[in-house]
Amino acid sequence: MTYLAKPKLHHPQLPTNKLGFTRRDYEGAVSTLCAGCGHDSISAAIIQACFDLSLEPHRIAKLSGIGCSSKTPTYFLGASHGFNSVHGRMPSVLTGANLANRDLIYLGVSGDGDSASIGLGQFAHSIRRGVNMVYIVENNGVYGLTKGQFSATADPGSKSKRGVVNTDASLDMIGMALQLGATFVARSFSGDKAQLVPLIKGAITHNGAAFIDCISPCVAFNNHPGSTKSFDYVRAHNDAVNRLDFITGREEITADYAPGTVERVVQHDGSVLHLRKLHTDYDPHNRISAMNYLQERQAAGEIVTGLLYVDPNPQDLHGHLRTVPKALSSLDEADLIPGSVALEKFNAGLR
Amino acid sequence: MSQPITSVNDFVVKFANVNGSGSASANTLFAKSILRMGVPVASRNIFPSNIQGLPTWYEVRVSEAGHIGRRGGVDLMVAMNPQTWDKDVAELEPGGYLFYDSTKPMPRAKFREDITVIGMPLTEICNAEYTDARQRQLFKNIIYVGALSALLDMDVKAIEQLISEQFQGKDKLIQPNVHALHMGRDYALKHLKCPLGVTVRHADAVGNRIFIDGNSAAALGAVYGGATVAAWYPITPSSSLAEAFMRHCRRYRHDPQTKDARYAIIQAEDELASIGIVIGAGWNGARAFTATSGPGISLMQEFIGLAYFAEIPAVIFDVQRGGPSTGMPTRTQQSDILSCAYASHGDTKHVLLFPEDPRECFEMGAQAFDLADRLQTPIFVMLDLDIGMNDWLCEPLAWDDRRRMDRGKVMTHDELEAGKDFGRYLDVDGDGIPYRTLPGTHPTRGAYFARGTTKDRYARYSEEGPVYVDNMDRLLRKFETAKKLVPAPVRQNARHPTRFGVLYFGSTTPAMKEALGVLEGRGIHLDTMRLRGFPFSDEVMRFVAEHDRIFVVEQNRDAQLRTLLMSEGSIDPARLVPVLHYDGTPITERFITSAIAEKLSVLTVTPLRKAVP
Repeated sequence: MTYLAKPKLHHPQLPTNKLGFTRRDYEGAVSTLCAGCGHDSISAAIIQACFDLSLEPHRIAKLSGIGCSSKTPTYFLGASHGFNSVHGRMPSVLTGANLANRDLIYLGVSGDGDSASIGLGQFAHSIRRGVNMVYIVENNGVYGLTKGQFSATADPGSKSKRGVVNTDASLDMIGMALQLGATFVARSFSGDKAQLVPLIKGAITHNGAAFIDCISPCVAFNNHPGSTKSFDYVRAHNDAVNRLDFITGREEITADYAPGTVERVVQHDGSVLHLRKLHTDYDPHNRISAMNYLQERQAAGEIVTGLLYVDPNPQDLHGHLRTVPKALSSLDEADLIPGSVALEKFNAGLR
Repeated sequence: MSQPITSVNDFVVKFANVNGSGSASANTLFAKSILRMGVPVASRNIFPSNIQGLPTWYEVRVSEAGHIGRRGGVDLMVAMNPQTWDKDVAELEPGGYLFYDSTKPMPRAKFREDITVIGMPLTEICNAEYTDARQRQLFKNIIYVGALSALLDMDVKAIEQLISEQFQGKDKLIQPNVHALHMGRDYALKHLKCPLGVTVRHADAVGNRIFIDGNSAAALGAVYGGATVAAWYPITPSSSLAEAFMRHCRRYRHDPQTKDARYAIIQAEDELASIGIVIGAGWNGARAFTATSGPGISLMQEFIGLAYFAEIPAVIFDVQRGGPSTGMPTRTQQSDILSCAYASHGDTKHVLLFPEDPRECFEMGAQAFDLADRLQTPIFVMLDLDIGMNDWLCEPLAWDDRRRMDRGKVMTHDELEAGKDFGRYLDVDGDGIPYRTLPGTHPTRGAYFARGTTKDRYARYSEEGPVYVDNMDRLLRKFETAKKLVPAPVRQNARHPTRFGVLYFGSTTPAMKEALGVLEGRGIHLDTMRLRGFPFSDEVMRFVAEHDRIFVVEQNRDAQLRTLLMSEGSIDPARLVPVLHYDGTPITERFITSAIAEKLSVLTVTPLRKAVP
């Protein structure tokens, strides 16, 4: 019942993380999305990832645009500041926020309408600038909040609930993110929490533009036969190239894998990504081969999932701009204002 | 034939050039050397949307009396562009002087009887001296400056000094430029009748004033105002503001040890992203701005509304120009008043600042950031092309080192920890301004979800009508508070009591001041008020109430400021008489004088006694 406030009390023996927070401390308000919506599973995965990583909730800023997906930041991380901005413009607001304070974690949540149509430009430019962020597109191929129009990620030939067949080519956001230089690129499925949670964790600890395309079926408008974004279709056509087990830098690797099937990727912050290979010849460090593989599988109607590309030592926008290590928002008069003596010199040059 | 104009330190020179020919630096050299002689000048560049080949003009007004507005009319035309010859010749005052390149003979019909013609074979002289095509082009400009120095009896040492300063560090360029200068000067002294009736004489009328463009000054204002994030998209005439900010930051904003930048500048993909970046940074506690012009303001409308409703500090420098597309946009106007004052959808009103010159661009450029933080809303600094892109002679920029940034009402970690009640949209002080918190402040308190309209005083989602009205009324109270915070208008009363007043603002100021003197000489007395900010303070409304008729002088077609006065002050439109200049050139003293005199003569006509039926 979405009009009921969520009780704050919880069982005293709920497990806590290193900071002493329970999973409940990472929750938000009760979701107002449709029952069974894929987006709610993504919210749950975000909550799980932040809990597992023992992040301080207030050190995360969550930003979104407009649409069903962009409503979800209300439903997770209630102790974090959030910004429900303008349709398609989350990336620019997030970029500005990131420039102001590089010390926080920036989580951008968007949808395929928000990011692939009205916000395509901002999606592209935030990626190519290398903004240090987690950019999740909750991709269902339709406009949910305006009741079922096709979005730009709808595959050609797929059928709407009313029986209309989409004739436009679809936008491949993963392909674009790779081409635009994203340094962490993954695709997952809202129905596969085991795959999604580690990917979100990997993206959060990644020090650059991390993009996750998460297929998230719309139970109200795009979960019927003929849709290529339905639960059934995605389950039947999911081609996972690897499974990611996220492990922090301090922990020992305890999992037991067959030799040659696991790759350890040490990220910039010391965190370790443990990649269990499902396709032994898939190389997640080769942007070009990743793009080729994705194109091939897509042409065959498959949905490739997993960690598709990662650069373990990326540079972010602050690195490009060589900004000071402190948050720009924390600089004071002494740091910023040249003063009257400098101004008099400036004047002298103009006479 | 008219008597040739005679004047010392009071005339207008106009250079007609082809753009891309390197004339701009020679013309600036000419203007600056007159300043160095202690004589005030006002220079204005009239340029096309083009890089090479189209007509461009540079007007220099020499005025020992210190009039730096445009006067109107031209006394000496330096006609270097055959394309615009007829128009340029026609623009000369009777008795004026025409200086031209006489290498190719001009038919007699191309001149006027009532002017003095000075021909000098510039191309021929150049071609004899230089073989390189680019050198021929560039030095031709310096050669005519040399000739003018003789014709106007200028101090050649002042020019030489400027050349050596200009090429400091590229010393081998000094001598060739000085050589070209003297080539022109010597030719003129030998072959032309020097000096003309108009001359420049050493004076002491410049003082310690500086010569600077408003865009550079506004950008320095942003540096002093503590801006750390700038996002912009190139658009004339505002690009040079963003570029000046880069330049100033490179000079003043790098950590002396590490060389790291204490700023971030993003050239965004469009104006939507620019303002989005500014709003994101403002929400997150940095001082941020964008610089744009009319079309950019149009593109930013949706975001500006969000910032108004979500109450996020932002500074927007709007360097106004003429309309959309290409062409007139390189000309000046004050035509974004309404689109900025009421920018966006829903009920919105915004704070505007109107600088009169580069010095105020600097002051208001810095003050805008305090106002944005204090009022938690977008602040528009309304420059125009005339102020923004032309060098103006103005008082030196000044800064009080005791000044501190006013970061407004930001609730701190300690206040939250102590249990202070935090309602993001709660009016605790009665001024309509709520407290905000910055992301990352406190582990368990003070977080809220920023959104446009749908929220209660504690930022909780609500679609209730009364809750919406409550918030909207508070925003009005905040706008009332803004009236007291924006720069106060500047009033100047006439020597004699009068029923007539004038309201004006921005770059109109120098021409308006000069026109007032001329009108007073004709016995027309006017009280004036220069507006410096919107919302209008009570003082403005009092000024209007005290006069029967108010002339509202502005540089747009639709009398936008007048509309704003009418709607905000419920003023009878009949009492606000529009004086409108909107051809894209800066307003002139002569225009204002004749427009007001003419309208006044209609207004003060004594009606004939009604015939008795």
